[in-house]
Amino acid sequence: MKKLLIVSILGTALLAGTAQARDYEEVRFGVDVPYEPMEYRTPDGELTGFDIDLGNALCAEMNIECEWIVQGWDGIIPGLLSRKYDAIMSSMTINDERREQVLFSDPYFTPPSAWFAPAESEIEMPYPQTLEGKTIGVQRGTLQDNYVTDNFGDVADVNRYATADDMVLDMDAGRLDIVFLDFPVGKATLLDSEAGNYKVVGEMITEPKKYFGDGFGIAFRQRDEELAAKFNEALATLRENGTYDDIYNRYFGNNNAE
Amino acid sequence: MEALIANITELLSDNTIFNMQTLGYYGQGLATTVQLVFLALVIGLVLAVPLAIGRGSKRKWIKLPIFFYTYVFRGTPLLVQLYLIYYGVVFVEGIQDTWLWLILEKPFYPALIAFTLNTAAYTTEIFHGAIKATPRGEIEAARAYGMSWGLMMRRIVLPSAFRRALPSYGNEVIFMLHASAIASVVTIMDLTGAARFVYARYYAPFEAFLFVAAIYLCLTFAILFLFRFLEKRLLAHLKPASQ
Amino acid sequence: MIDLHGYGPRLLEGALITIELAILSLILAVVLGLLTASAKMSRNWLLHRLGTLYTTIIRGVPDLVLMMLLFFGGQIGINMFTDMLYAHYDIDIFINVNEFVAGVITIGLIFGAYMGETFRGAFLAVDSGQIEAGRAYGMSHWMVFRRVRFPLMMRHALPGLSNNWMVLLKTTALVSVIGLSDMVRVASEASKATREPFTFMIIVAAIYLLIASFSEWGFARLQKRYNVGFGESH
Repeated sequence: MKKLLIVSILGTALLAGTAQARDYEEVRFGVDVPYEPMEYRTPDGELTGFDIDLGNALCAEMNIECEWIVQGWDGIIPGLLSRKYDAIMSSMTINDERREQVLFSDPYFTPPSAWFAPAESEIEMPYPQTLEGKTIGVQRGTLQDNYVTDNFGDVADVNRYATADDMVLDMDAGRLDIVFLDFPVGKATLLDSEAGNYKVVGEMITEPKKYFGDGFGIAFRQRDEELAAKFNEALATLRENGTYDDIYNRYFGNNNAE
Repeated sequence: MEALIANITELLSDNTIFNMQTLGYYGQGLATTVQLVFLALVIGLVLAVPLAIGRGSKRKWIKLPIFFYTYVFRGTPLLVQLYLIYYGVVFVEGIQDTWLWLILEKPFYPALIAFTLNTAAYTTEIFHGAIKATPRGEIEAARAYGMSWGLMMRRIVLPSAFRRALPSYGNEVIFMLHASAIASVVTIMDLTGAARFVYARYYAPFEAFLFVAAIYLCLTFAILFLFRFLEKRLLAHLKPASQ
Repeated sequence: MIDLHGYGPRLLEGALITIELAILSLILAVVLGLLTASAKMSRNWLLHRLGTLYTTIIRGVPDLVLMMLLFFGGQIGINMFTDMLYAHYDIDIFINVNEFVAGVITIGLIFGAYMGETFRGAFLAVDSGQIEAGRAYGMSHWMVFRRVRFPLMMRHALPGLSNNWMVLLKTTALVSVIGLSDMVRVASEASKATREPFTFMIIVAAIYLLIASFSEWGFARLQKRYNVGFGESH
């Protein structure tokens, strides 16, 4: 019996992986896929997208190794805090609620949020009156979720999805009346990929700041100020030398939303 | 004692997670879970009785399709069945234009269908086993009384099979309660869905999931006690006589 | 031929992950099960209580909830521990639990409780005369366990074991929800990208059935082996 105990303890210890020292010659990014065009996979499993390319360019600039770790959105901040990775680069909007948990880099991209509905939908403007009794789709734990929950949660059904893809699939199926998304993502997955089937409802939304914050930032643990400063510096360099624009044009071309 | 109460109030006053909104979500989640599981079990039970009788039939064309059904539904994960029904039905041509869509549109009913078919498959096998275990003598006695097949089933075989099946069926009920946690995967705000919402909003895995685990534990115990009670009442005749 | 839109290789990888996950979890579950069974049969009341607490809690809470609790909360718990080590003993380590390991530990922990019940019942079913006979031959405690109690127990435990394995196999599907790329996860990603859920989910269902049927056959053979000496002559 004792032998068994020892074997099992050893086994668990081995499984748990080797102990790692904390240094930053290598940075691990947490990312939630798919979120086209920001981050998604090709069919053979390769990660790609605006965040991925920009992140890799930042690492190349700083001469450090980058690794991407896929993590579902609802666990992405806990994953950072628990050191599964060192930074989050996954279309995360900088806002006060999150600032309490993590440290943000300078914003690297500032897209608005927007409402999307089927082309033949009768919804003209997204107000609590017009959405009464409708089914709204959001991705769980996003700022869009918080905004919709607080402002429309009492009048409409809110369906929360683990990934943006799940939501698009249900939108296609006709289970949702309207969805609320980062504009570039809605554009790529709804407007572009199924031309004519969907439309934007109402204005681009960037206010109130309480929800919509200040654009996308890279998130770090509070105490990693040095690392964040390094990234800010690299980001500024990439903006100056044109690398940022190259990557930007690769994904958003000229008909962009910014 | 007073110190304890003071401690608890201090703990509660300091929490931002369990407010009216989140408790409301947990409450609705509880109602949804109970509804979903209860309906699935009742409909599943109703389906399982004829299926179990058919499963033991001597006719191949009755027996084999039922065997195939239970084999497939017991051999694959409920999650896969749920995905197939929830996402799969959408791709049936033109289904959005029929009355069926009224049922399949909301996530509740596809989940209910998946859970019902799943529990019916397990329950069928449980009852089938119980029917097979009917003592020869009981059947012979029924025959000797000149009972028809239907009457014998109704009066002799099924009542005693139900009793024998009770403990296994109790396990199936608990299994179903636990399995229902995957409803949250297709956007249903059941208990687990509420916990996932709270977790994602407040980044508090321990609070969100421990609280919901405690609720599930209570529900499990309630079911356990209910079945203990039923067993005591219905299986009293099988106990050794008391001194 | 079915068109997999280039997802074939990943689906296969996913299937391998499912199988690896299931087998490693089974090993952990059997070890935990044996420990739990011994704890519950022990005369030490503390061990007995601990064993009972473990099996009661695990069997009272849904797998998915436990998985989320351990997966999301587990790393934080481990970090608290390593931070404590750092604060008090100046030992600086970081233990990283990846999804696969978390999956193995969670499923192992869950099924350890069920295995514990199976093994306890099976140990109790072993004829005590056999154990006494072993002792009488001068076998050590461990020797009696290995040569007499364990093989005899396995005969009683096998049906429960095979049942637990089947449930465990299906439970592996849940790791897809916490983000591990098992075959269910790959299939669900593929079906969303290609909008063909039937194709991918039915393939996955078929693979599960295949593994289940193969295991059934395997357990039947094992049962035969452990039944040697108890067969028809009775």
